Amino acid sequence: MAENFKKSPLSAQVDLSKFAPATDEEKRQQDVMGESTTFFKDGMRRLRKNPLAMGAIVVLILIILIIIFAPMIVPYGYAQIVKDAANLAPFEHSPSEQASIAAGESVFPHIFGTDSLGRDYFIRVVYGTRVSLCVGLFASLMVLLIGMIYGSISGYLGGMVDLVMMRIVDVIYSLPDMLIIILLAVVLNETLGDLIKGTILAKLGTNMLSLFIVYGLLYWVSMARLIRGQILTIKQNEYVLAAQCIGTSTPRIIRRHILPNCLSVIIITTALQIPSAIFTESYLSFLGLGVSAPMPSLGSLANDARSGLQSYPLKLIFPAVTICLIVLALNLLGDGLRDAFDPKLQR
Amino acid sequence: MSEYLVEVSHLKQYFPVRNGFKTIPLKAVDDVSFNIKPGETLGLVGESGCGKTTVGRTLLRLYKPTSGSVKFEGEEVTDENIHSLRKEMQMVFQDPYSSLNPRMTVEDIIGEPLDVHKLYKTKEERREKVLALMETVGLNAEHAMRYAHEFSGGQRQRIGIARALAVDPKFIVCDEPVSALDVSIQAQVVNMFEDLQAERGMAYLFIAHDLLIVQHISDRIAVMYLGHMMELAESNELMNNPIHPYTQSLLSAVPIPDPNTARKSKRIMLEGDVPSPLHMPSGCPFRTRCRYATEQCAQAMPELTDRGDGHQVACWNK
Repeated sequence: MAENFKKSPLSAQVDLSKFAPATDEEKRQQDVMGESTTFFKDGMRRLRKNPLAMGAIVVLILIILIIIFAPMIVPYGYAQIVKDAANLAPFEHSPSEQASIAAGESVFPHIFGTDSLGRDYFIRVVYGTRVSLCVGLFASLMVLLIGMIYGSISGYLGGMVDLVMMRIVDVIYSLPDMLIIILLAVVLNETLGDLIKGTILAKLGTNMLSLFIVYGLLYWVSMARLIRGQILTIKQNEYVLAAQCIGTSTPRIIRRHILPNCLSVIIITTALQIPSAIFTESYLSFLGLGVSAPMPSLGSLANDARSGLQSYPLKLIFPAVTICLIVLALNLLGDGLRDAFDPKLQR
Repeated sequence: MSEYLVEVSHLKQYFPVRNGFKTIPLKAVDDVSFNIKPGETLGLVGESGCGKTTVGRTLLRLYKPTSGSVKFEGEEVTDENIHSLRKEMQMVFQDPYSSLNPRMTVEDIIGEPLDVHKLYKTKEERREKVLALMETVGLNAEHAMRYAHEFSGGQRQRIGIARALAVDPKFIVCDEPVSALDVSIQAQVVNMFEDLQAERGMAYLFIAHDLLIVQHISDRIAVMYLGHMMELAESNELMNNPIHPYTQSLLSAVPIPDPNTARKSKRIMLEGDVPSPLHMPSGCPFRTRCRYATEQCAQAMPELTDRGDGHQVACWNK
């Protein structure tokens, strides 16, 4: 038929004899799909391309490794006083230590020197960092947990429930946090002081406990508001309606459909919450409301260094730089996470 | 047991709308009654915002009706029995992009109804059921572990249909299931709906605004305007012999593929806009745009009356 057909030179009709049917293999080439990626993998891939965030992760991992392993290597305790070794400069040895070195013994150097009582300053900074990081982490987790549950219930149920729950949040927002921390510290000192004697909590002191309680009581409100806002928008999606239509229970809808979809905001806010908690702990310790002596924290170390600032400026610089490093790294990491996980900012 | 699978009588759905300090009702659905037989497809057409979707969602109790009743197999649908009835009544959604959770794999999306109603004993059984469902709607088994965003619109809609089929329902509300798809895909999906119905004998409430598709798939068609049912008739009867002036103008707006016929046919142009559902005209809501409107139309809303062979029309003058 193709031979009989006379094609007009002006015709735009395609010559069918030039085409052959595709083989099965060729057909299969058409439906190639890309490697399946999850939301999390996708975000991590973007995060890995961000040099600032990766640098922050490296710094944080280094700090965490140091605070875990340094106390095992350094032979001094954070409360151990080395004889006649007060106010040494970094890597300086006390006269008695110099004597033992001369006798052929090896003495571990005071990397950051010692403080006014002769305690090794490096190990004090390490323990201070431990306290600060733990406080930041636990306070943020507490904020996350309370804020997430409260916010998701309020946002998902909506209506009257939402109205009442959000007014409670408004009330809590208007309480002065500093005042409550100070008041609680005083009250808890009276009531809890004996109760926690001999436990790990006693080492941290009632001040720290009041800080945790205040975080648990007051600071979750911004998290709750944020998550509520997210849920209000996610709730509009048809897949939530579809889940209702299937007969999925409300807790399951929140858990399976709503929270995974505001995960990015949750991760980012938590990452940014940690430095703010560390900051709060530090300035409370600086004001003398933080951990109880001899347990150091970065804030209390800075406060102690204030008195000898003229002669020993390094004592302020070490804890201050550590706070800066941690807070900066966490903030950069938080920003990186936001860029990587927030789809609205994707280019 | 009655002869109808779904009976809707005097269904009203008002949404409260805040207007300054006053709360006024938005009458999305106002006194709508219809029935659906087992295995039947009822098409529901009307322009945007006329309450089609609300009817569908209220039927499934995704909204609590203001008044009126919905009966399924003769049993009144209430808040108490709706959970077990969700196994019998399902819904396919309009937008295949927002109706699938982006954080779940296809297997989990289709498997969720099975989880909720505990329709399997072992993990293997769940997987088998999901794969069988995927095959029913024409998806490959290797797609099971993928996420919804990796699929095209037509494939996503198939996932949505598989999810609705998972509980083996007797009645499915199809809320404009093809209007978000390409025309070429629309035909595939509509044909799949027909095949599934032939296989499983489900009844559909097929909501759409494309009259040709609705005519193709429906046994009967209902026409809505501003929350009211205007006309309800056998599919061909409605197409060939529309009685209500609104249906007439709707049908005259359907594009005709043949240009010669198209030139001859007269388009009935409606004047003015659809009135706001917050400020509905008195009586018949269509009277502001109707050529035949009289005094009587402003007085009261006409009832749906039978004009022979189940052709029901709500109009005073026609």
